[in-house]
Amino acid sequence: MVTVEKLTFAFQKNEPLFTGLDMRLEAGNTYGLFGLNGAGKTTLLNQLSGMLFPHKGSCTVLGENVKKRLPKTMSEIYILPEQFDLPKIDAEIYAELHAPFYPRFDHTYLSEILNEFQVDRQKNLTELSYGQRKKFLIAFALSTNSKLVLMDEPTNGLDIPSKSQFRKIMAASDQSNRCFLISTHQVRDLDSIIDHVIVLNNGKIIFQQSVMDISTTLSFEKLSDDSDKIALYSEDVFGGKAAIISKNKSSKETQIDLELLFNGIIQKQELINNQFKS
Amino acid sequence: MDFTDKEPIYKQISDYFCQQILEKKWAPDDRVPSVREIAVQMEVNPNTAMRAFQLLQDEDILVNKRGIGHFIAEGAYQKTLDLQRREFIENDLPYFFQKMNLLGFSCNELEKIYKES
Repeated sequence: MVTVEKLTFAFQKNEPLFTGLDMRLEAGNTYGLFGLNGAGKTTLLNQLSGMLFPHKGSCTVLGENVKKRLPKTMSEIYILPEQFDLPKIDAEIYAELHAPFYPRFDHTYLSEILNEFQVDRQKNLTELSYGQRKKFLIAFALSTNSKLVLMDEPTNGLDIPSKSQFRKIMAASDQSNRCFLISTHQVRDLDSIIDHVIVLNNGKIIFQQSVMDISTTLSFEKLSDDSDKIALYSEDVFGGKAAIISKNKSSKETQIDLELLFNGIIQKQELINNQFKS
Repeated sequence: MDFTDKEPIYKQISDYFCQQILEKKWAPDDRVPSVREIAVQMEVNPNTAMRAFQLLQDEDILVNKRGIGHFIAEGAYQKTLDLQRREFIENDLPYFFQKMNLLGFSCNELEKIYKES
């Protein structure tokens, strides 16, 4: 669905952000995009949505170069930015004005999600709190039924019950023909709803694996100080080490510790990636 | 003592199914909740929930009737019991035995406590 090839981009001449970045995304998956501050997660989303153009290389969505900004391509991409301005109109008027850009827009679904999130549809969007506005845009994003949905830090600003509602709404949404790419630092908010992990670092995608492959390849364990197990990467924690270990076929699967995995990939990129080559 | 913190989510889901079967709340031919219902309840990606269903199908505990849903298979109780007993021996007992040794309990002592409780 999405192919990024040899993407090169810089905001300033001598500070390249992307240096030949390659990435492929398939329909039916929800990808979590992780990276350190300044790694370029937001910029990558802006490239995929055609808001920025590559200096070299290309971003292709559904077979068309995004740079051409063809209406048929744009109607299949929705980007939920982290920072946004909404006009001084209510949710219903906003939906009426913007829905026509998306041929399969589902107004019923929009109402359902807004009810679930308890967003007031009659109030001007500018009068809503940041969290309420964000929830409105999440609802709008899902209702577009566009094939590619890009979300930049969607849970930022959401209160505790809303985060849970967000996960439920994502779990309930029909994802079979759609592709979600979610950038986030809030690992714990989202780790259960993603099924692929992508790590962006130093201008390239340095890791991309499905959650299933990660859990059958790596084991996440707490080791005691006298343990004879060899960790690929470990961090000191109370009473021992939190460790990533190469999983052998017979050992049982463990829950993925995304924070530990992320740190491991940043520190020991090659070693971790080698585990996936068989 | 090394230990694995948490079971993967799909395993928590399949364990829940197994428990329902062992407690005889679910019987053969009963329709179980859909992948989507489970995904929403657990707040997980449907693909993750699907793995739990796949696991139980591979163990012949669930059957998938295309277009209708997933059902408890014939003979699911015995198969679930075998599966869970095997997992209890492989996963739970080693930690239990380690702790037992650490605290200096003998099997006889434990048997006495077990009978009294």
